[in-house]
Amino acid sequence: MIIGQIKDGIVLDHITAGKGMEIYNILGLSKLNCTVAMIEKAESPKMGKKDIIKIGQVMDINFDVLGYIDPGITVNIIRDGKVAERRQMSLPDRVVGVLKCKNPRCITSTEQELVHEFRLTDRAHKVYRCIYCEQRAK
Amino acid sequence: MRNLMNITDLSMEEIQSLITTAEDIIANPVKYRDACKYKKLATLFFEPSTRTRLSFEAAMYELGGSVIGFSEASSSSAAKGESVADTVRTVGCYADVIAMRHPKEGAPLVASRKAGVPVINAGDGGHNHPTQTLADLLTIWRKKKTFENLTIGLCGDLKFGRTVHSLVVAMARYAGVKFIFISPEELRIPRYILTDTLDPAGIPYEEVSSMEEAMPKLDVLYMTRVQRERFFNEADYIRLKDTYILTPDKLSNAREDLVIMHPLPRVNEISVAVDDDPRACYFEQVKNGKYMRMALILKLLEVNV
Repeated sequence: MIIGQIKDGIVLDHITAGKGMEIYNILGLSKLNCTVAMIEKAESPKMGKKDIIKIGQVMDINFDVLGYIDPGITVNIIRDGKVAERRQMSLPDRVVGVLKCKNPRCITSTEQELVHEFRLTDRAHKVYRCIYCEQRAK
Repeated sequence: MRNLMNITDLSMEEIQSLITTAEDIIANPVKYRDACKYKKLATLFFEPSTRTRLSFEAAMYELGGSVIGFSEASSSSAAKGESVADTVRTVGCYADVIAMRHPKEGAPLVASRKAGVPVINAGDGGHNHPTQTLADLLTIWRKKKTFENLTIGLCGDLKFGRTVHSLVVAMARYAGVKFIFISPEELRIPRYILTDTLDPAGIPYEEVSSMEEAMPKLDVLYMTRVQRERFFNEADYIRLKDTYILTPDKLSNAREDLVIMHPLPRVNEISVAVDDDPRACYFEQVKNGKYMRMALILKLLEVNV
């Protein structure tokens, strides 16, 4: 399968196989007015199988969200057909406005305007807890 | 500007400094009686509490300050639907420091981000109650003169007891501390306390169901109430309820210098016959709570005496 190179845009590489669609949806890529290619289960010497997303324009990406969903992702920013910037994702210290606290005793359950915020408390086990009630994110 | 949401917001050095101040207040109360003159503490209690609110108020009065506030949500603007953020923004215009109790976990953190003045968590649901832990720490300190190499038994409802969780987390920072968790199966200490705090630091602990078995090993016994409503069935409650009642008989094999504590209120989990035992410290603990709250208010208001 041949998918053309992009001149200006973003390539999300080394996505864990099967997580591509989740990232596609969370980043809202269906709303973009440019070409977006979603490659699932591509061969990878390092990972065996991986997903790749190519976006035909440069856009702002919430790296914290990407890092939370799949910390192994590499983000390549392409300008004039060349990799202008390469970023390796990692688990972010905080995730803001993405996860929802499900604890009915948490203040976020009654004060609707509060932004839900989680902090990383255990990097080895990828444990995030609500900053308000310390409930573990699920 | 500092707030106190969780006991771990305070470093070990800061806790020691609060203890030093509290002991100085105990020794020289007159020195502190005008320390907070013209300062106001707002006690915002969105749910009823007698002891904690009175303790904060007594603490501020003994520092020469004054107190404003409310003691239940129905007498506050929360009853009209006002958010915590808006309430504290308003109160922050009147008060120099706020002590807040709220049934929702994390409400004082929301307050601390909006108030513009220091906020003290005076209990948020089943989550944290750091000033109770400060009272507990001063009580242990005054009896043992150290926090190190102590074996601490916690007995009763270890699952829902926020004071238990905070004390374990606070004491886990000191060298040589061991814990013995004494509870029925239904009310064991939450797994996350073990996996997040004790296991990574290699802190030894035992989980047992018999108070008598643990008693001779203990330096501190922290009692809590086993509540009927925590059990799935009445038969289990009836079977277990007397097991976790401290009586003079059960103290027969305890150490001479055991420190018996309880965050209060007590219902029947410590027999009144234990009250006269010199090892019973739970009413001293109440007094210590006031002194630590005084020390904390001084710290947060940056008042030096």
